[in-house]
Amino acid sequence: MTLLDLQDLHVAIPTERGLLRAVRGVDLRLAAGETLCLVGESGCGKSLTAMTLMGLGPKTAQTRSGRFTLLGQEMAGRGRAAWKTLRGRGLSMIFQDPMTSLNPTLTVGRQLTEGVIHTEGLTRRAAEARAIALLERVGIARAGQRLGQYPHQFSGGQRQRLMIAMALMSEPKFLIADEPTTALDVTIQAQILSLLAGLQRDLGLGLLLITHDLGVVAAIADRVAVMYAGRIVEEGSASRIFRRPAHPYTAGLMAAIPVPGRTPRGTPLPAIPGRVPGLIEPIAGCAFCERCARGETLCAARPPSDVALPDGRVECHFPAVEIVQ
Amino acid sequence: MLVYLLRRLAVALCVCVAVSALSFGLMFVVGDPAVAIAGAGGSARDAEAIRHAYGFDRPYVVQYLGWVGHVLRGDFGQSIYFNMPVTEIVRARLPVTAILGGVSFTLALVVAVPLGIVAARKPGGLTDRLALLLAVTGQAVPSFWLGLMAIVVFGVWHGLVPTSGADTWQGYILPVVVLAYSAMPAMMRITRSGMIEVLGTDYIRSAEAKGLPTWQVIVGHALRNAILPLVSLAALQLGVLLSGSIVIESVFALNGLGRLAWESLLRADLPVVQAVILILSLVYVVLTTAADLVNAWLDPRIRGVR
Ligand SMILES: Nc1ncnc2c1ncn2[C@@H]1O[C@H](COP(=O)(O)OP(=O)(O)OP(=O)(O)O)[C@@H](O)[C@H]1O
Ligand SMILES: [Mg+2]
Repeated sequence: MTLLDLQDLHVAIPTERGLLRAVRGVDLRLAAGETLCLVGESGCGKSLTAMTLMGLGPKTAQTRSGRFTLLGQEMAGRGRAAWKTLRGRGLSMIFQDPMTSLNPTLTVGRQLTEGVIHTEGLTRRAAEARAIALLERVGIARAGQRLGQYPHQFSGGQRQRLMIAMALMSEPKFLIADEPTTALDVTIQAQILSLLAGLQRDLGLGLLLITHDLGVVAAIADRVAVMYAGRIVEEGSASRIFRRPAHPYTAGLMAAIPVPGRTPRGTPLPAIPGRVPGLIEPIAGCAFCERCARGETLCAARPPSDVALPDGRVECHFPAVEIVQ
Repeated sequence: MLVYLLRRLAVALCVCVAVSALSFGLMFVVGDPAVAIAGAGGSARDAEAIRHAYGFDRPYVVQYLGWVGHVLRGDFGQSIYFNMPVTEIVRARLPVTAILGGVSFTLALVVAVPLGIVAARKPGGLTDRLALLLAVTGQAVPSFWLGLMAIVVFGVWHGLVPTSGADTWQGYILPVVVLAYSAMPAMMRITRSGMIEVLGTDYIRSAEAKGLPTWQVIVGHALRNAILPLVSLAALQLGVLLSGSIVIESVFALNGLGRLAWESLLRADLPVVQAVILILSLVYVVLTTAADLVNAWLDPRIRGVR
């Protein structure tokens, strides 16, 4: 079953300086049980895309799209209220900052159980039993006693485990995780991500994981979507994208990953020069043109069209040739 | 919680002692009480006799303890002006102010909180601007003027309510509304700003992501955090209202504590002033302590859950 079939999503936010076209035609597909990683540099529109998928984008945002099927429901052109039948009922999300994403004045037990008590009509006892099972599953000991505690009684890593458990309480089919580990220190990051990957496999979740960490992507993604300045510039299987990136931007990202043992200590990693274009003015040609080593007149003049790849697609006038054939 | 409760109560007790010592000291700050009691025509010998009869020549500490002992038994001494027990005078006036203050506080709260919530949901929207207009007017218009206007319009022109006195419950309607209108704006604003802040937090987004209905997000998640600052403000407002408004009580000819305190001050009827000040100070101590306890109940971090 297809959990998500999204075509040509545009999200624009009115600002003092003008309309910020932050998401400019995003296509995304996700099948049940599949892990799709969305990567791209800061500000390219990943969170905005995720929030729009949750129906929780900024209230002032102007959103339009082509086909937008989410868990079998057509969402194109529908307002935020339409998401009421999806959130906590198959669709769930883990947020970036576990320190601020839990209500400081309510017990953890209440926050874990209230969702399913409402959506599924579970009794408190049944909901607590499910919460205890999940807390144990995400690695929180003495779960029964800890339900009565408050968020500030948990460490950062534990709170992110709580957030994961909270998102899984409703037994979702589609889970969105927006940089679930950036607020944590490195050793805990690895633990949380392997926990998430394990849960995805065991529960057969469709997982949309937003991350900066390409090491993580390599480890758990089935497919990868690379986002640049509000568009998905390349999409394909994880195994292919890491070995043979087709878009020069993807290639730049991959080159910036240090390889243990092969990249000598102290050598600067190759960075992509230049800056992301502003999103208020319309972009005439390829958004990556100015930073691209290739960057020809054609690139600046005309937006690149889709090039189909065996495992996905790329949006470039001059994609790395050998894959296209 | 228990530790917090005990600690807070201990603080309150200390404040009570300090406050009672201060109101006791009031007797002596104003001048020699014996001379005051002897009156304008009293000689030095009269004053000396009074000093001895009332025990003003004993050490302050002994006097204070004796006074506290009487106060604890509900004896505030004799009013110099009325020449009757202060307790009786206060007992006659207190209910008027308590009803006026209590009802207008409740009314103000019942209007302020929902209005603040609705305004906060769409800042800059129509409801928000109307609420703000109502608040600004409430703060800008002096309550004596509003009271007089209300009397003219509803009492004199339309004859809907009595224009003065508190013999019937209808007599309370106008003063209650006028007082409530002066207390409402601050509480509305603090609810609104607290709510706007809380509605933008990550944990509200988490609550929405769980699929909770809007009212549950607002009442169950946002309100609890948003009203923390309101609780302390509301306690102070209630204290102000229970102290009795001299202006409102005068405009509506109500015999409450506010007027009693004011008139007794003018008459230098110190035992009455002392009693009123002590009672009102204790009301404040109780209210601020209650506010702290309510906040501790609302927020586990305040009550020191570890
Ligand atoms: N509520 C908002 N109001 C105004 N601008 C916004 C809002 N939310 C996002 N933006 C802008 O939209 C663009 C995309 O933001 P988004 O948060 O989606 O980036 P991101 O890819 O998630 O970045 P990061 O990796 O830093 O999280 C940015 O330029 C950001 O400033
Ligand atoms: Mg983001």
